Amino acid sequence: MRVLMFGWEFPPHISGGLGTACYGLTRGMSSIPGLEILFVVPKAHGDEDQSRIRVLGAGDITLDIRKIREHNYLKDLSYIEINSNLVPYTSPEEYEVLVNKAENTGRRFVETTMGGKLNFTGTYGKNLYEEIANYAVVAGEIAVTTDFEIIHAHDWLTYPAGIAAKRASGKPLVIHVHATDFDRSGGKVNPTVFEIEKTGMQIADKIVAVSNLTRNTVIDKYGIHPDKVVTVYNAVDPLPENEQLQLRRGINEKVVTFLGRITLQKGPEYFVMAAHKVLKKMDNVRFVMAGSGELMEKMILWTSSLGISDRFHYTGFLKGDDVFRMFSLSDVYVMPSVSEPFGISPLEAMQSNVPSIISHQSGVAEILKYALKVDFWDVDALADAIYGLLNYPSLAEMFKKHGVQEVNDMKWENSGKKVHNIYQEFVK
Amino acid sequence: MRTICLYFQVHQPFRFRRYRFFDIGNDHYYYDDYSNESILNKVAAKCYLPANELMLDLINKHKGKFKISYSISGIALEQFRLYAPEVLDSFKRLAETGQVEFLSETFAHSLSSLNSPREFRKQVDAHRKLIKEHFGQEPAVFRNTELIYSDEIGAMVADMGFKAMLTEGAKHVLGWKSPNFLYCNAIKPKLKLLLKNFKLSDDIAFRFSNKAWPEYPLTAEKYVAWLNQVPANEEVVNLFMDYETFGEHQWKETGIFEFLKALPGIVFKDSPFSFSTPSEVARKLQVVSAAHVPNPISWADEERDLTAWLGNEMQNEAFNKLYSLEEMLDNTDDDALRQDFAYLQVSDHFYYMSTKFFSDGEVHSYFNPYDTPYDAFINYMNVLSDFEIRVNAGQKSHENNDVARLSKIIQEKDAEIEKMEKKLSAVRKGSPAKKSNTAKKENPAKKITGSRKK
Repeated sequence: MRVLMFGWEFPPHISGGLGTACYGLTRGMSSIPGLEILFVVPKAHGDEDQSRIRVLGAGDITLDIRKIREHNYLKDLSYIEINSNLVPYTSPEEYEVLVNKAENTGRRFVETTMGGKLNFTGTYGKNLYEEIANYAVVAGEIAVTTDFEIIHAHDWLTYPAGIAAKRASGKPLVIHVHATDFDRSGGKVNPTVFEIEKTGMQIADKIVAVSNLTRNTVIDKYGIHPDKVVTVYNAVDPLPENEQLQLRRGINEKVVTFLGRITLQKGPEYFVMAAHKVLKKMDNVRFVMAGSGELMEKMILWTSSLGISDRFHYTGFLKGDDVFRMFSLSDVYVMPSVSEPFGISPLEAMQSNVPSIISHQSGVAEILKYALKVDFWDVDALADAIYGLLNYPSLAEMFKKHGVQEVNDMKWENSGKKVHNIYQEFVK
Repeated sequence: MRTICLYFQVHQPFRFRRYRFFDIGNDHYYYDDYSNESILNKVAAKCYLPANELMLDLINKHKGKFKISYSISGIALEQFRLYAPEVLDSFKRLAETGQVEFLSETFAHSLSSLNSPREFRKQVDAHRKLIKEHFGQEPAVFRNTELIYSDEIGAMVADMGFKAMLTEGAKHVLGWKSPNFLYCNAIKPKLKLLLKNFKLSDDIAFRFSNKAWPEYPLTAEKYVAWLNQVPANEEVVNLFMDYETFGEHQWKETGIFEFLKALPGIVFKDSPFSFSTPSEVARKLQVVSAAHVPNPISWADEERDLTAWLGNEMQNEAFNKLYSLEEMLDNTDDDALRQDFAYLQVSDHFYYMSTKFFSDGEVHSYFNPYDTPYDAFINYMNVLSDFEIRVNAGQKSHENNDVARLSKIIQEKDAEIEKMEKKLSAVRKGSPAKKSNTAKKENPAKKITGSRKK
């Protein structure tokens, strides 16, 4: 079986969890005999891991403009001016207000380079909407020139591409919902993004959601029939032994860590409130907010006004090994997300032997046993959980003992098999 | 002689309220009054009161022939006194028939036998006193929390003067031995052992209303037919179960009360079996052999071991920490502190922390006020941390310790009522009977509880 897969990013050029998840899933599927994946990203850099799948950059495809005009697979793409936080898993550094010109015609005028190729940045820049549309144009072209049996599109940025490929080829479309705009926006949904998401979900033959939480959002908020939506949980790769970085602690105190974007979605304010409560009761503890985001300044001002700045630290944005260094310094990891479709970072914390507290409003809470779970808004419960982990040693010991195993048992191969089963409903 | 020994366990835990870490050192009241009162009243209405009434009817109907036994934990007795004195009264009426034996156990339904012989003794003595006070009986037979037993625990119980003890008789505990004989302790043969017939007990306690069970529906006739299949040389069938089986675990609608109502009559009509109390069994039957139980067993789960209470790191930390405070309590004359120490020992607290049931959450959660074992552990440890501070400080407990205060008030009121009744009867001798003052006695706890909620 050959799969035409669309994703906005692929390692090593990633800005967050989406690329990692796509990579893990495709690798998990690569062990399935007879399954071939062609993974199309907007821009290929040439250093992607192509050992198991083929990665193709949309910018490398030569287009025949006349042919494209004959197809009507772009008819759903109309673009209006937007002004919102619409990026799925990106760092705030890359966030900017995106302003695009309205484009009203169903048939687009496509600008190509001399050789008939389109330019893609593959990021989430100000021409995002144009890139999404161009990407769809290329998708349609690939669909008519390549042989495959099924289409698989990851998140809203690639839904138009998936739709275009389906229209051009008549092959079934599976879309994979890693997040919805309800998660990203904290409820203030961008109507354009919503429209793209909803259209994708309606046209898709099957929808994969990364948790039951997300599945319910798809059913309830987008009005999709439950039979069409299937949950396939993400997984995580085991940490190679030599990469478990150990850092010597400079302080003989407990460290409680929040690691993630400092945005509404991640619930940083609940972490601050819980820290404040814990610090009233014990003094040999420090709190770290690792990450950056639009609420960072507000948090800094707030922790100062609470008078806990001497015990509450900010690291700024961490990436790569720094993330694991931070974990190796931590006694407790906290993810108080308001809305988290899955949430891979507690799994990484657990792999680094750090006990985790996660919110019930995260998809990963549906599958983890060896983690404490609280409602994100229940600051008392969160503070109590932090205090318990710091003061009653058997709890942390138990989590360390069983947590790594639990996480390592979540294998991408299993997720891959489930996705493959979905394909088989359509392709015999 | 072939006989049936019916024994029912009566226990309700004293549940903790949600006790956060910031309460530590600030608030010394640990109990969820609302849950405790409302659950007790619910179980009283569904089980204790109707079941007691039925038992009383059966005893009166089958004059001198139908006999039963109970073990009521001190914690349950305490709660009856606080929240449902009418239940206590109905047990007293059962005691008055002379056909009902009350067994001894630890006051707090605790696991102290596993850790502290001294605390164990103290609690057994406290419970013995309570049984004597309420039911006028001096218990001669012991049953440990959750039927926990080992050779060593048995020897300890023998030393305390008990003649017999109850425990589990599951196959993988007894090996080839049948539970339908009288056994004795391996160290102190004077102590006789009654072993639970787990198959026939669990048919009633667990399987009665299970529609997937091939034997469903279970009738008294069918059950007596099974009793008749017990080999003729086997002398006693020990049916041990939670009293809450009647009306609470098996709802009234399942027909459990009708089953119970019909059972004795059909036993007398269609089988050679009689009914005996544990003391009678121990007195009348010959011991066939000693039971060797080097490691503690219980009546819980498939494994019949202790892992439901002491199976993971959290349970062990909490348990060890709790008993590490024992010695420091010797010097205290603070009743509230001693009382809290007892309530902290209730085995249910440790059961709530079990991680055994991750896959089997349904059965477990029915008995569990916490969402997860971790919640149970953190809450317990928070309470224990506060308790430890009080023990260390030798501090007088909070003035508003409601349970201690209520118990004290009830004691005082009882004494007063007694005094008044004496006066009244003295007056009655001289003049025509006046209005009785029993209304006043009816439920002092309720009144106090009502006014307490500000």
